[in-house]
Parts: sequence; C-alpha cells; structure tokens
Amino acid sequence: MKNVEVTPGMFSSATVRPSLKTPITLVVASLVVLVFFGFLGKAGDISFVWSDKREALQLPPFIVNSMFFCTIVGAVLLMIGLLSVALSIRGTRTPVWLIAIYSLGAMMALLGWLATEATQGVQMIFILSNTLVLAIPLIFGGMAGIMSERVGVVNIAIEGQLLTGAFVSAIVGSMTKNLYVGLIAAMIAAALLSTVLASLAIKYLVEQIIIGVLLNVLVIGVTNFLYSAWVDDDSINLNFPGTFEKLPIPLLSEIPVLGQVLFNNRITVYLMFILVPLLWYVLFRTKLGLRARAVGEHPLAADTVGINVAKTRFWWVTIGGAVAGLGGAALTIGNVGSFGREMSAGLGFIALAVVILGRWQPIYVTLGALLFGFTIILKVWANQVSPGIPVDFITMVPYLVTLLAVAGFAGRVKPPAASGQPYVKG
Amino acid sequence: MKLELRNITKRFGTLVANDKISLTLAPGEILSLLGENGAGKSTLMNVLYGLLQPDEGQILLDDKAVKFSGPGEAMASGIGMVHQHFMLIPVFTVAENVVLGNEPTGKVGNLDLEAARKLVKEISDRFGFDIDPDARVQDLPVGAQQRVEIIKSLARDAKILVLDEPTAVLTPQETDELMDIMRGLSKNGTSIIFITHKLREVQKVADRIIVIRQGKVVSEASPKATAGELASLMVGREVDLDTKKKAAKLGAETLVVKNLTVLDDRNQQMVDGISFSVNDGEILAIAGVQGNGQTELAEAILGLRKIHSGSITVAGKDLTKSNVRQVLEAGVGYIPEDRKKDGLVGEFTIAENLMLDGSFGKPFAKGVQIDFAKRDEIASKLIQEFDIRTPSAGTFAKQLSGGNQQKVVVAREMSRDLRVLIASQPTRGVDVGSIEFIHEQIVAARDAGKTVVIISTELDEVLALADRIAVMYRGRIVGIVDAKTTREKLGKMMAGIAA
Amino acid sequence: MSKKKEVAAKPAQDKATSVLHEIMAGDPVRIALSVLLGFIIGAIFMVVFDKSVVKAWANFGSDPSMALSTVWWTIQDGYGALFTGSIINFGADSFVTAIRPFTETLRFAAPLIMAGLGVALTFRVGLFNIGATGQILVGLAGSTFVATRLEMPIIIHMLVAVFAAVVCAMVWGMIVGVLKARTGAHEVIVTIMLNYVALSLFTYLLREPNLLLEEGGGGTPKSDNPDDTARLGLLFGPDFQLHYGLIFAVLSVIFYWWLMEKSTFGFRFRMVGHNPSAAKAAGIKVENTFVWALAISAGFSGLAAANQGLSVDGGLTTSIEAGIGFDAITVALLGGSRAGGVVLAGLLFGAFKAGSATMQVAGVSPEVLGVVKALIVLFIAAPPIIRAFYRLPAPGIKVIEATQKAKEEKVIK
Repeated sequence: MKNVEVTPGMFSSATVRPSLKTPITLVVASLVVLVFFGFLGKAGDISFVWSDKREALQLPPFIVNSMFFCTIVGAVLLMIGLLSVALSIRGTRTPVWLIAIYSLGAMMALLGWLATEATQGVQMIFILSNTLVLAIPLIFGGMAGIMSERVGVVNIAIEGQLLTGAFVSAIVGSMTKNLYVGLIAAMIAAALLSTVLASLAIKYLVEQIIIGVLLNVLVIGVTNFLYSAWVDDDSINLNFPGTFEKLPIPLLSEIPVLGQVLFNNRITVYLMFILVPLLWYVLFRTKLGLRARAVGEHPLAADTVGINVAKTRFWWVTIGGAVAGLGGAALTIGNVGSFGREMSAGLGFIALAVVILGRWQPIYVTLGALLFGFTIILKVWANQVSPGIPVDFITMVPYLVTLLAVAGFAGRVKPPAASGQPYVKG
Repeated sequence: MKLELRNITKRFGTLVANDKISLTLAPGEILSLLGENGAGKSTLMNVLYGLLQPDEGQILLDDKAVKFSGPGEAMASGIGMVHQHFMLIPVFTVAENVVLGNEPTGKVGNLDLEAARKLVKEISDRFGFDIDPDARVQDLPVGAQQRVEIIKSLARDAKILVLDEPTAVLTPQETDELMDIMRGLSKNGTSIIFITHKLREVQKVADRIIVIRQGKVVSEASPKATAGELASLMVGREVDLDTKKKAAKLGAETLVVKNLTVLDDRNQQMVDGISFSVNDGEILAIAGVQGNGQTELAEAILGLRKIHSGSITVAGKDLTKSNVRQVLEAGVGYIPEDRKKDGLVGEFTIAENLMLDGSFGKPFAKGVQIDFAKRDEIASKLIQEFDIRTPSAGTFAKQLSGGNQQKVVVAREMSRDLRVLIASQPTRGVDVGSIEFIHEQIVAARDAGKTVVIISTELDEVLALADRIAVMYRGRIVGIVDAKTTREKLGKMMAGIAA
Repeated sequence: MSKKKEVAAKPAQDKATSVLHEIMAGDPVRIALSVLLGFIIGAIFMVVFDKSVVKAWANFGSDPSMALSTVWWTIQDGYGALFTGSIINFGADSFVTAIRPFTETLRFAAPLIMAGLGVALTFRVGLFNIGATGQILVGLAGSTFVATRLEMPIIIHMLVAVFAAVVCAMVWGMIVGVLKARTGAHEVIVTIMLNYVALSLFTYLLREPNLLLEEGGGGTPKSDNPDDTARLGLLFGPDFQLHYGLIFAVLSVIFYWWLMEKSTFGFRFRMVGHNPSAAKAAGIKVENTFVWALAISAGFSGLAAANQGLSVDGGLTTSIEAGIGFDAITVALLGGSRAGGVVLAGLLFGAFKAGSATMQVAGVSPEVLGVVKALIVLFIAAPPIIRAFYRLPAPGIKVIEATQKAKEEKVIK
C-alpha cells in the first residue's frame, strides 16, 4: 500500500498567468499622454500658477515648454506602467499609491496641455480648491454608501438622501436663520429616509435596489412639489439661507498652495477631514467595525456569535443616511447658498460609482470622489482656457474610468460578500 | 454542566420538525444524535443554540430552565456549536474570527488584536491544533477551518459543544483526528453532542446514542449495538439496500475520459489528470468523501466547467470543447447533485420543468414557438410513468416534496434519447420510497444498454448500484475496483490509500 | 401504495391552494389599494400646501364649514383637472375637444409603454436595467441623424429613422450585456454609468456642426426639426396631436406578449431569470441570453426614442428624453413586467403627464403627481406597507413556506 502523493494544501494548484488588465490600461494611457500631448503636442509654454493674488507669500509661477513637459510626464507615466507590468508578472498587484501618483501626473499633463499659451495659465489653487469643494457631497455620499454596503445593504438611495439633505438644510436654515440647525435637520431628515430603506430591506426583505430607486423617485417628487407649491413663492423666507462662513485655520492656512486649498474652507469641508479617517478607524480598528464587516460578509456567521444582524444593519444604514444628509447640506449651505430643483443632479449615483471605484475603503473612496470633483471643475475651466475643446468628452472620463473599474481593469473589485442579500433569521 | 431538553417541539408550517424531544447530557459525556438527513437533528440543535425558538418545551442547564433569544445568550451560558457549514468569515483572519462577538478591546473601543492572537495561540497549543492566528480563513484547508471553529467555541469557555455533521467534509484520517480531539475535550470535562448519520463514527466515539426519526426520539442505544441494529432504528425498518439487479451485459465502450484536469475558480486542480472509461450496460460508481473533485468531474463532463487538459469522448465523439447544449445533444443526461440549484426552476410548473432542456426543437417547440399541446401531453405521460405525485402538471416545482422534485428531474433526463446518464447524488434528501424508485430507474436504464455513471458519497448507495467502483481522493482516482470490494477497503481508498 | 400516494400528495395540494389564495387576495386588490392610497396621500399634500386651505383653516373658529369645504374643493379642483386633462373634458363644446384629453394620454403613454416593456423584459431575465435613459439618448442620436441629414421618400424615411433609433439603442444595450457577460460587472452600475456617457455623447453630437447641430446654430446643443418625410404622421388629423407612435406602441405590446409568453426565447429568458444555474445545466448560454435580453430591451427603448425624436416641433435638445427612461422603471414595476400590466401602468402615468397642464391652469401644482406616482409604485413594490395600512392579513402559508425554505437552506448550507 502506498499513499497517493499530494502537494500541501487540499489540492495542488495550477499556475495561471496573473491578469494584466491594470498594467496594460496604464501603459496605453501613458502612451496617449506621451504621443498626443508630448511628441504631437502644442509648441507653446505652460505657466503653472501656484499663488492667489491675495496671498501674502507669492510663489513664482512655473513656466515650461508644453511639449517638453508632457513628454517628460508621459515618459514617467510609461515607466510606472511598465513597473506595473513587471509587478503583475511577478504576481503582485499594483499598489494604489502608485496609481494615485500616476493619476496625478496624468492630470498635470492634461491641465498643462489644455492651458498651453493661455494667458491666465494653470490656476492651481482655483482648480484644487474647487475640486475639493465639489467633491464634498460625493465624499459624504460615498461614506454613506460604504456604511450601508459594508453591512450588506445596497444603497441606491444616496441620491435621494443627498437631495433630502439639500432641501431640508436650505429650508430649515432659512426659517431658523441658523445654519447649524439646518445642518442638523438635514442629517435627521436623511437619516429618517434611510430608516425606510433599512426597515423595508431588513425587516420586510423587499428587493434593495428597487426600494432605493423608488425612494429616489419619491424624494424627487416630494421636493419638486414642495418647491413649486410652497418654497418658490416665498423664497426670501424659505430658501435664502446663505452659506457657512469660511474659517481659515490659523497658521495652516498660510502654507503656500495647500493652505489655501485645504485650510481655508467651510465647516462642511472640515467635517469631511474628520469623518473620513474616523470611519476608516471605526471600520478597521474597532469592535464595532469588525462586527459590521462580519454582518456584511456572512450574516449567519455573525448571528451565531451573538451579533444582532438586523440591528447592526439598521443603525449603520441609518447613520449612513445622516452622513449623506450632511453631503446634501454641503451642496446648499456649504456651497451654493440656496436650494434648486433636483439639484443633486445624479451626484448620488456618482457616489455609488465612487464607492465601487474606491473598493469600499473610505480613503480610496475619497480619492475617487476627488477625481470626479476634478472633472467637474475641469469641464468649466477647460472651456475658458481652451475654447472649442470637446468638453463633453472630459465629462465622460470619470464614468468611463468607473466602467473600466467594474469591468475588472483596475484590479479585482470585490464587494462585501453579503451585499444586497436579505438575512432571514430562523 | 448538565443539560436537559424537555419535550422540545418545533413546527414549520404543517411540518413538525421536532416532536416532543427530550434528552439529557451529563458533564464530560459524548452523546451522539443519530438520524437520517432531514430527521430533525439540526433543527433541535438550532433550538438549543438559540437560532430557533421552540414552539413548546424547555431547556434546562444544571436543572435551571433557560430561554435563549439568540446564539449570544446560548454562548454566554456555555454552549458552543460547530456548524456543518462553518460560520467563519473567509476574509477575516483566524484571530478575528475567534474573537468576533466577544472582542478584547482597548480604551476607546479599539480592537486588541494582540490579545486575540495570544488567545488563539494558547488554545491552539493546549490541544496541539497548530493554527496560525494571522492566517486568513479562506486560505486554510477544511480540516484547519474546523479546528478554528472549535477554538472559537473553546475561547468562549464552552462547557457543552455541539458538533453538527462534523465529518461530512473530512477524510477518514481527519475524521480520526477529530475523534481524538473529541475524546480529549471530554476528558477535560466538556460535554459533546455529536450529530451524524454515519454509524461507524458513532460506534467509535459515543458514550451514548440517541436515534431520531421524523422529528421524534425513537430510542436510546448503546455504542455496542451493531451497525445493522442502528441503521434499522434510523430508517424505521430493516434496511435492504441491495437493489435486485441482473448481471451486467456489457456493450461497447462509450464514455471515455482521458487525463482529465479541471480547475476550480481559485485555480486548484480539483480534477487532477484522471482517466476511466465506461461501457454500455454498465454502472460505474464514483465514490469518495464530498469535495474531492467529484462535483467538478461531473460538471466537466457536462460542459459546465472548462477543461484544462485531457479529453472526454462519448461514443467516439470528442466532447472536450463542447458546450452544454452540444453535450446534451450527444445523448448525455445529467441528474445534478443539487436539484434546486441546477435541476429545476422552482417558479416554473412541472410541465415547464419537463421541457427545461428541450426548448430548442422538437417535440416541445414548433419553430420558435412553444407547442403547448404537445408539452402538456408529454407532461401528463411522464407524471404517470415516473409516479410524480402532484395535483396537476401546472403545479409549481417548488411546491413538490424533495422526492417528487427529484422524480421530475429523473423523468426529464431519462425521457430523452439517452446514451450516457450522469447521476450526481441521485437520492440526496429524498424519502425512502422515492430512493427505491429512482434506484430501480437507474438500473433499468443500465439494463436497457445505457452507460451510467453515478457519483455518490453514500457507500450504501454505491454498493447497491455499482458494477465497478472508482474512488476519488484529492482530485485523483485512487483505484477502480469491482463491486464486491469490502467497505473497509473502500474506506481506506477514500482516505487516499491505494489498494 | 394508494394510501401512500394520498399522504404524499396532500402537502402539495395545501400549497397549491395557498397560491390560489395569494392570487385572489393578492395582486389586483393590492394594486387597487396602492393606487387609492397613493391618491389619498397626494390629496393630503395638495391640501396642506394650498394657500386658500391654509387661510380657511386659520379662520376655522369663525367658519368651520368654509375650512372643510375648501379642503374638498381643493381636492376636487386638483383631481378634477387631472381627469379633465387626461380622460374626457365634459365641459367641452364639441366631441373632438371632449375626447382630445384621452388621445393626449395615449400620446404620452406610448413612449412610456415602449420603454417600460424594455425594462420589464430585463426584469424577467433577472437583470436590473436602469439604462433606458442612455439607450433612448443614443437612439435619439440615430433617428435624428437619419431624419435631419438624409433625404428619402416619405414613410421610408420615417421607417429608416425608426430603424436607426432601434439599432443604435440595441448596440448601446449590448454593451451592458457584453460587459456583464465577459467581466461580471453588475448591470446596475454599468447602466448608470452608460447613461451619463450617453448624455455627454449626445450633447457632443448635438454640438457638432457636421453631425446633429442645427443649421446656422451656435454653441447651444440643439438639432434641426426632423424632415417632414421622416416625421411620425398624425393619426386622426390636425385636431389631435396623437401620432403614429401609438401604432408602434401597440405593436410592441403584442410582440412583447408573444415573445415572453409564447416563444421559446421567452421561455429561456424566464428560465434564466428564475434560476440561471439550472438554465446553464439545461444547455442555455446564460451570458449570451443576458446580451440578447439587454439588446432587445434596448430596442424597445429605441422605439421610445424614435417616438420622441420624430414627433418633436422646433428642433430637439437633450430635454426631449423627458425622464422617460427613468419612468420606464416605475412603469415596469407597477405593471408587474407583464404586457397587460405595463400597458395599464403606462396609461396611468401617461394620464399624469397629460393632466399636468390642466392642473396647472386649475391652480394646483401638478408636481403632486410625482409624489402620487412614487408612492403607488413604492406601495406595490413593498407589500408590507399596504398590508399594514389596510390591516390586510399576511398571506400566511406562503410566508411560512418562505421562511421554511430559508431555514432549510440555512441548514443545508
């Protein structure tokens, strides 16, 4: 008698080449930059402007030949792309920070190429600070998405939550003349909306995607009606809240470039600075987070160790709603200063995309939201510096990036295992 | 700790899963709950563990009545459970899984993973488990995952440990190791309830045996009882699984599998270069512990799973690269191991289910339109022929009992123009009456000159039906032997020890 | 043997009657109750935010009957105007003007029904397709190009333009199918993204002088009016705006019914929708089925696009889509994804659109219909709400079965 030979582990593994989708995407994009912006690029100069005219400390603008700059950047990007190919062949995934550097480089090349010979140059502060402000509702929406999907509830209703927050904060802020009250009211209202999603999904097991879509329709219907039947006739008293004051943080706001962009903002932005790391910490370093993720991965297993699945899901979804409400408030009293019909305009759906793009991780999701914020401002800015450029294609980019991401071109995207699945307790 | 269950009753609708079940468990005792699939063992244990609420009856711990509204409370009272399907979170580490629900924390509610690791290490060392606390559960072999489950219970100071069909996924060697672990635990004063339907394991390790049938305690037996006695208690009559069959009349070699290798989604070689052939008029049984590549083999033959290397031919026709439809059209019939998942559409009527793979042409379709009259005619004929007990052909498949559902699948597959029949666990979760009927049908197909392959984890079924037996272990065929081979020898082969 | 047979057949029979019970106590009644409750809550919205009502109630102490009657009149004005604007205008001086409202309802319902059928088809294949919006936009690009840039004889021009819309939309739908089939990307997120891509693409095409931009147009994305040869002609002469789009809608409904209920394609579609792994084992290529289902579904959206693009007056902009793609989801949900249901749901929502103008004239904000619409579908999709409100008994046996099944699965898993 002899034993059948086996390799360690249950079964022997076959060797299969790792996926090269990510590296190939990176290489192709770098070649686009190198060839079209570099070799075949524009001949003039680019001027990167680092300082606002109002600032005390003025940095000199960085002036460089466009073709030269884009060629150099393109070459660097190509090197990163090739490095990624090498990593993949060895079976290592391309780290996210490398992709972040890559994206940053690609953005600089794009900005430079667009603003070649433009008199105002590349106004870095304008672009960066607008990117941040425009990304805020997306970031809060994305955090709401993470909070519900991590516990296994798909949240298509982010759009409705944002719109609710925007509406309630503007109205309550105007009526009470106190924006902080408006902010809190927005959070409560959006959280209440989430309880509908949570209870229908958790207790009554209604298809989560359907409730999400319908809640969006409902919120659009209700806010449209209230706006036309009530608010619009008396907008001075009902829809004129104004915005939060800008609160420059002493010392930090004096730092060149970054100070203006990061530390001279409204409270909604600072809340984001606190919330994102906090959520990361809670999710990955605390008992609460461990339990939440367990519920989202394998609810039955969580139940068998005494975790109340329904309760966990309910509270995470509800508090997530409050966070999305904050994002809605950031739209009105954190930026525009009044409510407009359907003003969330699909941001909630973009937040959904950002959650996937950021792989359900708060930090990555924030980076993804900044990418979308960047393209929104880029569209406006590109029209100014380089009229005639087909801005519609710029608008498309983040959606295409998201499509590539869900199609597996940006590494394996794996949602929480029980996402979207109702849990029936015995 | 002493446990007593008194008159536990649990109903699901009209089905009485547990009917006034009473039992006691002394400290340090190993009590075996023996019963067929569906006898109500798991329901009883889920009641004990707080996952289900009993409709009637009491649970007493050290003579005090307790009520568990959830598993958390059961655990707090010292009851631990290792489920048949592990309650582990694949993407978490061992340490995270062990402390989940009972986490050591720092000042601000932050996880103290260092304490968790120490806990795992300590228990693992005490019982010689050899488990790395930082390994991800999804990377561990099944046996190790089960030990993580046991650690999980021990970490919560379980005084009573419930093991639900723990050996279903284990090799005989791993099973022996588990028996040793069980004895060690019981020596340390932990009481164990061991749920199984495998007689030999019960005889080996139990102090006391309670047999459950159709939701009722039918008797208490001693481990000294013979296997035959236990089996007849379990099924409620003298078991005679020897299906009467004539000697095989072998025809041409029809199904030929050569050097077949099949990968799973994680690129493991679930089928590892195996070869065999089956003749017309012959039943080849593929035996083995669940999860040794049998499922993948069946899926590969049918074209459901891509073939990495090797070849499959049916009656000389190469089907290696064929898709499912081509394989079906070549005359292969398939009874899948999980009928609800792969064999039936629950929301379709019986008539629709009987034409599931027949929508591409005659007799069910006229052009691109369904021939409803013909469909209903065939349905009522098959319902009659295969003794499917249903009010009408318009009844939804999900409303049928397991046995009748399986008969629908068998009827559909056998009524086609068949060369080869692949039947995977053909009688799993099926009542005794239907088992007999299905076995008769399989033998009849073989006597009609078809090539038959059955894949079964039940040795009884294998021995009852097979003309030849191939034993699979870790993706390979350990050996192909004739039907007269002893259970002991087959058991050894199932552990990878070649004859 | 016969005794055994009886015992075995009994539980099955019990369950069969429970299904009957479900159908009797369930759908039509529940749908009617949902619609009723939706209208009731809508009425509350109308009343609470109506200024005359608020004023009358402020004087409740002095004139309570006035307060109550204003409530009544507000509701009557609102829903009365909806009826007058969408069904029959009893106050009209001629037969033609009296029935014109209903033809308007039909005109608005046609694209909703066509797009709704598209979404309904994907529901039945087990897919959640939010992509009708994008498919309509791409379809519009196709039909508008044919209708404004090519010259052809009458009728043929129209048919070619419709065909172009259908083909373009189908290609767009196929992208979703291919991405899902090849990469496993979830169709919800893919369709949402493709909606935005389609919007940008369509705007770009409308801006491009060589493609769709109107002659002599500047930076605003707007096309010419479709050529007269390509327009969908009026069905009943100049007194009615109803056009040939309705015929396409009727044909779509018949085709959808035949496809889903009678053909073998529909059989396989439904099989994949209920149980893809069983379908796979029955020799069906599930991935291909997804691709085809999404393509055909998009074809219906393409018809809706043609309906919009070939009946427009004064050139077309992105607003021509008019939220039809999104409404299509609610139409499909409300209609239970069946041909007949989709027709009824489309007519209801078409009536809402037709009645909006008269409501506006009557001084009631037609936006309230948006609330009513959302509520009706929410109630239908979430039966527990409606059961709780009307204190209907839960369909007992069914629920027990469901939990039992879940339990069995749990034990088995």
